[in-house]
Amino acid sequence: MSIYKELILDHYKNPRNQGTIVKPDKKIIVHNPLCGDRIEMYAVFDNDTIKKISYNASGCVISKASASLLSEYALKKSKEQLRKLDKAFIINMLGIQLGPNRVKCALLALEALQKLLI
Amino acid sequence: MISIIQIKKDFPIFSTHPELVYLDSAAMSLKPKQVIDAVNGYYSEYSANVFRGIYALSEKATAEYEKVRNKVAIFINAHSQKEIIFVRNTTEAINLVAYSWGEKNIGKQTEIITTIMEHHSNFIPWQQLCLKKGGILKVISIDETGVLDEGQLERVVTKDTRLLAITYVSNALGTINPLKKIIRGVKRKNPHILVLVDAAQAVPHLPVDVQDLGCDFFTFSGQKMLGPTGAGILWGKYEILKNMPPFLYGGEMMKEVYLDKTVFSDPPHRFEAGTPHIAGVIGLGAAIDYLNNVGMDNIRSHEQDLISYAIGKLEKIKGLTLYGSKNIKIRSGVLTFSIKGIHPHDIAQILDEGHICVRSGHHCAMPLHIYLKQQATVRATFYLYNSKQDVDRLVAGVERVIKLFS
Repeated sequence: MSIYKELILDHYKNPRNQGTIVKPDKKIIVHNPLCGDRIEMYAVFDNDTIKKISYNASGCVISKASASLLSEYALKKSKEQLRKLDKAFIINMLGIQLGPNRVKCALLALEALQKLLI
Repeated sequence: MISIIQIKKDFPIFSTHPELVYLDSAAMSLKPKQVIDAVNGYYSEYSANVFRGIYALSEKATAEYEKVRNKVAIFINAHSQKEIIFVRNTTEAINLVAYSWGEKNIGKQTEIITTIMEHHSNFIPWQQLCLKKGGILKVISIDETGVLDEGQLERVVTKDTRLLAITYVSNALGTINPLKKIIRGVKRKNPHILVLVDAAQAVPHLPVDVQDLGCDFFTFSGQKMLGPTGAGILWGKYEILKNMPPFLYGGEMMKEVYLDKTVFSDPPHRFEAGTPHIAGVIGLGAAIDYLNNVGMDNIRSHEQDLISYAIGKLEKIKGLTLYGSKNIKIRSGVLTFSIKGIHPHDIAQILDEGHICVRSGHHCAMPLHIYLKQQATVRATFYLYNSKQDVDRLVAGVERVIKLFS
């Protein structure tokens, strides 16, 4: 079965929350040098809750769609809730089976989010 | 002329996967049944060690193993089979030279020249050797069509240059370097320079002749020329090999061992410590027979037809960039491209859904990709079992990718 199902392609073509926050509370850059995926993520917090989140991503379909989906999920969630997210959550969120190489693409956005929460 | 239908019948993988369009032969060639049978024959009929026993099975194994040495020598036109050293692959062949010859001959103020189009296996060993010994690594660049800057090459040669480490055919761009001319040029400027050729992408695809080229070391892998994995070749001029210390110590590389000293064997056995990959070497012999049967000239012209056909089709696709020279006289069956806005991994994955195997990434040539300002590209490579239908399937696949992501 193709990993490029409708949900993935929709988030790739119409990324949610994409862009730059000019004065974020926190900003983080993560990248995978081997395949060139790169995500810059910004957040504004209201106490311990994500009030605003955005990102700029370059790379493959999976890494971009994952960033878009995750940003939607993370909005208005508390740091505590978000710290619990793991690989299984991301795979489930994407709803596709990924080989070991492509899993890295899917997890890049989670790495960015987790670094934002530190 | 090559009969693709006939050739495909020899490769059992096409019976297992009739839909397969295999376009990654630069990384690994498929195996004909003749090679698989030769490997099985060794394991089922005479799987004894070489140079050990005086019993008949061991003698048979030794004879078959040594027969391949002669076959390889004839295949690349070596002066003698004593110049053929069995190693695991091109990488090991180059490392052998770096450790054995390099450690002895590279020091402060000495120079090694290499090129931006090298595979990592002909780049990292020299870079690390220079870092360790204080040598200088000079890297020759290419023009926008992927052709080596020969002028720069001749300019950077000095009296302190010890080695030119250069690829015959670029694994990422498909450029065939005019080696004979290059070697003559650098040796004219400094007759003491040795030239090591990475021929991993040449030997499977072109007729080669080490004596005509005028090089000193010549390295290639069996697994890219229909042979098993783990059996490759280092060729070196005997006069040079005989003055080189061993790379690995152990069994079968010595004549006499005492408590305080060892007398080493002559080449090639000095460089083949331990039990070699006997089955792999015997399989490589069968691969050479197969290639000889088809004819290297036929393989080369078949691949030229395919690359020219593929370039013609792909250059019409909007948003697709092809890398490398369009002059098929200096181009092997390597087709590297990118599509604007679409990551190579996504292209490769969609193609795989149509049973088309291509490589995506930097193809073990990161310095080249940095130079091309590309993080990654897609690479399709052709061999004797590929057909124009395979190219058509690739083109249709690429069109599907563009449609899906636009």
